[in-house]
Amino acid sequence: MRDFAFFFLSACLLAAAFAVVTARSLFRAVFALSAVLVATAGFYLLLSAPLLAAVQILLYTGGVLTLVVFALVVAGANTEGARWRRPVPAALMSVVVFAALAGSVTKISETVPSGGLESGKDVGLLLFSDYLVPFELLSVLLLGAVFGALLLARKDRPE
Amino acid sequence: MTLGNLLLVAAAVFAIGLYGVLARRHAIGVLLSIELMFNAVNLAIVSFAWSRGLLAGVVLVLFGIAITVAEIAVGLALVLLASRVKKSVILDDLSELKG
Repeated sequence: MRDFAFFFLSACLLAAAFAVVTARSLFRAVFALSAVLVATAGFYLLLSAPLLAAVQILLYTGGVLTLVVFALVVAGANTEGARWRRPVPAALMSVVVFAALAGSVTKISETVPSGGLESGKDVGLLLFSDYLVPFELLSVLLLGAVFGALLLARKDRPE
Repeated sequence: MTLGNLLLVAAAVFAIGLYGVLARRHAIGVLLSIELMFNAVNLAIVSFAWSRGLLAGVVLVLFGIAITVAEIAVGLALVLLASRVKKSVILDDLSELKG
């Protein structure tokens, strides 16, 4: 059952990922990306991390993709005349990188998974004890990103 | 479902994303491909966390997701700025900085 879910999710993930980079229309690519993100959330459930799956769907799929579709509408998804840029070297490069990564995967020692990722409470406790400083720094980063994005995208720029 | 298989899937998604980054010409298409690569890395981290039973991996991925959100917000703002100032979001049209 677990193995079947793994293969099913892998097939969905790879097909959707392929669609993201090959879709002619960027709107289709965005929806393929949402399929990728949902399939990854499925993986997180399978890997016994339900909190991450929830965050992935709420924040990523919900928030980011809405933003991207909005930007596409404003900036224009004009794909005419915008085909692929040197697809053969790019494909070669990605095949080489995949071969290198796959080669290093064979050296990994398998362990029997011990579990223990399920608890959202433990994640929260860890966030606010050991990782308190990075957590607060992250809020500063997000604030900076929001101000930066507003400053960049606003219409009446002071010259 | 073993760690090796999970990492192979993550590596494949990463490589597909790399192809997109190199071959797409629309700036938003490149951003989408970067998201794909980010997603593959997150999947690899969670696979290791699952395999070794390390909760810190989950925290790391939470941080990673938040940073990605910040990155995509600034990236899309840059794309909107380019579409207004340069009237184009095709990356080949935005290359006047090259020597």
